[in-house]
Formats: sequence, C-alpha cells, structure tokens
Amino acid sequence: MSFKPNQTVGAATAAAAILSAIVILPAALRAQQAPPAHPVPPPKNGGTVVMLCDGKTSIEIKSLKPGEQPTESQGREVANELMAEWRKEHPDEHWQMAQADAGAKPHADPMSQASKSPPATGQQQGDTYASFTSRDYKVWQAETQKFVDEGKRIFHDWKALGGTIGVSCDMCHPDGANTHPETYPKYQVQLQRVALLRDMIDWCIENPVKGKTLDPNDPKLRALEAYIYAQRKGVPLDYGKH
Amino acid sequence: MAARHKSVETKFMEERDRVLRALRNLDRRSFIKVVAATAGAVIAKGLMPPHSFQLVTIANAAPDKASAASGMNGQPPFTFAYISDTHLYERTLNQRFIRAALKAVEDVNALDPQPDFVLFGGDLAQLGTPQQLELGREILKEVKAPVKMMVGEHDWFLDLGEKWQELFGPPNYSFDWKGVHVVVLMSVHEKDFWTARRMTPEERMATVAGLDNGVQSRFEVGEPQREWLKNDLAKVSSSTPILVFSHSPLYKYYYNWNFWTDDADQVQAILRRFDKVTVIHGHTHQMLFNQIGNISFYGMLSTAWPWPYAPQGLPALTIQMNRADPFDQFDACGDGRMEVRADGLVDKIYNLWDRNPVTVKADYLRSRGKIDRPPAPQFASY
Ligand SMILES: [Fe+2]
Ligand SMILES: [Fe+2]
Repeated sequence: MSFKPNQTVGAATAAAAILSAIVILPAALRAQQAPPAHPVPPPKNGGTVVMLCDGKTSIEIKSLKPGEQPTESQGREVANELMAEWRKEHPDEHWQMAQADAGAKPHADPMSQASKSPPATGQQQGDTYASFTSRDYKVWQAETQKFVDEGKRIFHDWKALGGTIGVSCDMCHPDGANTHPETYPKYQVQLQRVALLRDMIDWCIENPVKGKTLDPNDPKLRALEAYIYAQRKGVPLDYGKH
Repeated sequence: MAARHKSVETKFMEERDRVLRALRNLDRRSFIKVVAATAGAVIAKGLMPPHSFQLVTIANAAPDKASAASGMNGQPPFTFAYISDTHLYERTLNQRFIRAALKAVEDVNALDPQPDFVLFGGDLAQLGTPQQLELGREILKEVKAPVKMMVGEHDWFLDLGEKWQELFGPPNYSFDWKGVHVVVLMSVHEKDFWTARRMTPEERMATVAGLDNGVQSRFEVGEPQREWLKNDLAKVSSSTPILVFSHSPLYKYYYNWNFWTDDADQVQAILRRFDKVTVIHGHTHQMLFNQIGNISFYGMLSTAWPWPYAPQGLPALTIQMNRADPFDQFDACGDGRMEVRADGLVDKIYNLWDRNPVTVKADYLRSRGKIDRPPAPQFASY
C-alpha cells in the first residue's frame, strides 16, 4: 500500500555523479545546443583548402581553384594526404583498416582500460565512430540531466514560466503526473486539432498560468518538454491515446 | 492559441446550467414534469443516449421535504457542508482562486435546508501570509451557517501558525453535536527540516507548499496532540459516533507527495475502540475514500485545483473521479455536503462543479464495497 524510497541518499549520489562529470567536461561540450562548427582557414596560395573531419587538420590543393571540381584521382590523393597529415600529428593513435587487420594484435586503449565499464561500443569491429568510453557516457548523462533539471526548475517556478498569477505547472502536476506525454500526438478535442505535447504546455502557460506562449525553439519550452518526458521513462509510447 | 475552443463536455454542462437556472423557481412537481419533457425531447432528437441524461439525478438530489415529513428511513438528523483547500493568494495577484472560493460560498449558502455548520478543511491561503489569511476570513464571513475552521500546511508554515491562531483560535478542539462527538485536529505538524538548512520562513513555507520536492518532513499529529486526543475521548462512550476532521488523510497514501500522516497508526489506535468513526480530511484535492477497521475516511474536494491520483497507494475502495478537463477551471473541483444519519454514520455528497454530484454512502465503505457502489468514471487516470 505504501512506498517509501530513500530519497536523500539517492539525491546525494546523483548530485555527486553530476558534479564529478561536470569537472571533466571539456569547454566545447559545455556550450549548450550550438552544433559544432569547423571553420576552414583561408587559402594561402589561391588554391582550395580541404579539411579533415577532425575539424583541425587541413591542406591546400594549389592546383584546384575555388569552385572547381576535383577529379576522382585528385580526390583520392587529397584524402590520402590528409590522412597522412593526421597520422603524423597523432603518432600514438591506433588506426587500422578493417580488411588489413586480420590477425593483428588488439590494441590496448588506455582510456577503456582506465574505465572498466560499460564496455566501449563498436571496438570489436574496429570502428572509430561509436567507440565510446564510459567517460563519454557520463558526460552525456550529465548533459541530459542538466537539461532535464532546468526543465524541472521552470516547471516549479511560475515566474520562470512567465506566469502572472502565481500558478506553476507542479501545482496540478506533481512529478509531472497527469501530463501523459506518451499519448501525443493526438486529436485534442478542446482544440479541435491534432496537438503535440508542446502545444499543451503552451496552452497551460497561456491559460491557467496566465503567461505568454513560448516559441517551439524557446530553450524554456525545450527544457520543459525534456523534464516531462523524463518523468515517464519506461512508459510505452501510445500516440493518439485518449 | 485557441482558448475559445471548449470541450464538448464543457459546452454540454454550460447548456445544462442554463436550463437549470431557468428551472430553479419551479416547484418540484412541475420541475420533474419539465425535466421529463426536456429529456424526452432531447432523446427524440437523438442528441444524447438516454442512459446518460443527467437532469433526473439533479431532481432526485433536490431537497425533498415531503418524504422527510413522512418519516422515511435514512433521513439525516443533521447535515453539514464543507469548503476546502481554497489556496488563496493576495487579491492583487490572483483572482482565479478567489472566484472559486466565492463559488463555493454561494453553493453552501444556496443549500436548502441550510447545513448545521460549514467545515473549512484547511489550506485557506497558498503561502500563509497575513493578507492571504485575512482575505480568506473575509470570504468565509459571507457564509450564512456557522463556520468551523481547520488549519492546513499552507496556512501554517510561514509563521508556524501565529497569524492563523490569531484569526481563528486554537487549531485543535472538540465539541458535541446532536449526539455525535466531533474532533478537529491539527494534523500538519512536521519535524524541523528548516533550521539545519538555514531556511528563511518564506523558504520553509515554499518548501512545504511544493508536493514533489522531497525536502520537507512528513505530516504528523504529534505526541502532545495524541495525548490531548486520548484525554478528550476518555469520557466518550464507545457507542457514541465519532467525527474527526483532519487536514492530512490520517492514513498512509503516498509518501512522495506527503499524502501521508506519519503517526497515522497511533492515531487510528486511539480511535479503534469506537463503533463508528468517520474521518473527513482535506489536502488531497480529489474524490478519495478508504476504510480501515472501524474508520471510514473521506477526502474533500478543493475549490482551487484537483490533484492527480498518486501512482501508488490508492485505497482499493476509492472510485476515481473522472479525469479533469484542463480547459475548464472548475472541473474536478467543488465542495460537498455530509448527511449524518440517525445512527451516526455519514453519507457524503461530492458536489463536483460542472458534473453530476457523486454520493458515497457510509454503507459502501462499511460493507467493503459490496453495496451502494458509486458510479465508475468514464476516464480514469493515465
Ligand atoms: Fe491543499
Ligand atoms: Fe494541504
């Protein structure tokens, strides 16, 4: 009948985990939401500058004027040159071609040795993409939690919501209860159209909260959405449910 | 966005209200005639399935002096009404909750016959400021019947009850009424969570006001008051019906939201020797009932907003109220009335605004749900 979780301990552990994750967070990751940009340096000799996907290594093809299409062999040459450049700068990095790798000794990744769990994904197949360490997971988790926590803060603060009559979301929806995000999109009878969760958040902000609706890209609306979904982890999606 | 769109239900209820207002001055006999005619017309037009037409229920719920005079069984020796959980802010900030509180005052003033008294169920104020409490007192002054005050946590934790007690007197007391012993408890004490955290009174109040923050302690009646209760009941015979008013539920429903009374077991033990005990509580803002041993529990509605049902711990005997229509301020809110029967048991009428009233008979709970089952909701919680 009753349920009594150990809230204090849980919260403290979570806080500690978040703290330790934040300390090791690189500055680039801390910048919220802006996708990474890789500006290409200007050509020095009137050619075309090509950059590697690491966002750092670049070379200039002098024979290729800006706007010209390289031939296939030119392209291949450029790719090889770039790769050679990158390997010169990263002598300790392990890099292998999947086909040429048969029978090669597995390389010891210092990162994945230092952190024992969870096992890094994709490494058996020699992929670099999706080769993540547990540190990566911690960082992502912390970032996500920060986003959700920001939503929680706004959800509980009528001033942050832009409300005008002292009403905040949690007053009717403790722990996000009765927001049923898993049922959207659905035909909202009262609105006489199909609504998304964000439409209903906006509706509540405008009506019971007596504030101004938020733009779909408003960081506050995004954070509120994040918090509400986070409260329903594990509930099966059931769009259109009434 | 389109605030002008109303739900089908809301439109129907508005229509029904208009009809009822027009009918209010008719006597009962012609009222039923008109109702039957209206119902017939509506069904003939195919507007409504016949089983869902509500006006008939309202007619039955209207006061029936004729059958009372004939000495029909089960007529109450007295009735009382309640208003609860108004959560008033200062009038300059929020008119919404004031409107709702006034609506409830209108309701109880319109009761005919008038109730013997009106219980105020606690959480008069939202954040316990003198202005909020005084505004509440002003609104309750409009109630024609005598008002019995009970305190809620939203009234208490700014100044630990100083202003409330100045306005309304001691927070726990008892009195006898037509053969029933009535006890009003102060059941929202909390162990000190604020000193160690160096909270200001405002921070303490805001913490208690939040349901889902997990920081506050759980409600309790507390040892001194349990002693007081024991003494108060010492002289009362076990066949006397007992009516207990408490803001917190006096049982353990859902810990995380403080739908919870930590010393509920001890309080229940004190009440165990009596044959008939009814606990009327506030705080949970929903249709909620429970039976533990000899004790029947009923939760009061709020005028301000409904709480969702908790994800765990809902008493098996509770029939959920229909899911609230968020587009209607008053939906799933309301007030209520209790009919204390000749034998001292209590039938309870949930006066849900914009919906049919729901009656929860004492026999439903005492029979553990075998008889008099209230109607099931069309839409339960998600
Ligand atoms: Fe309340
Ligand atoms: Fe309360």
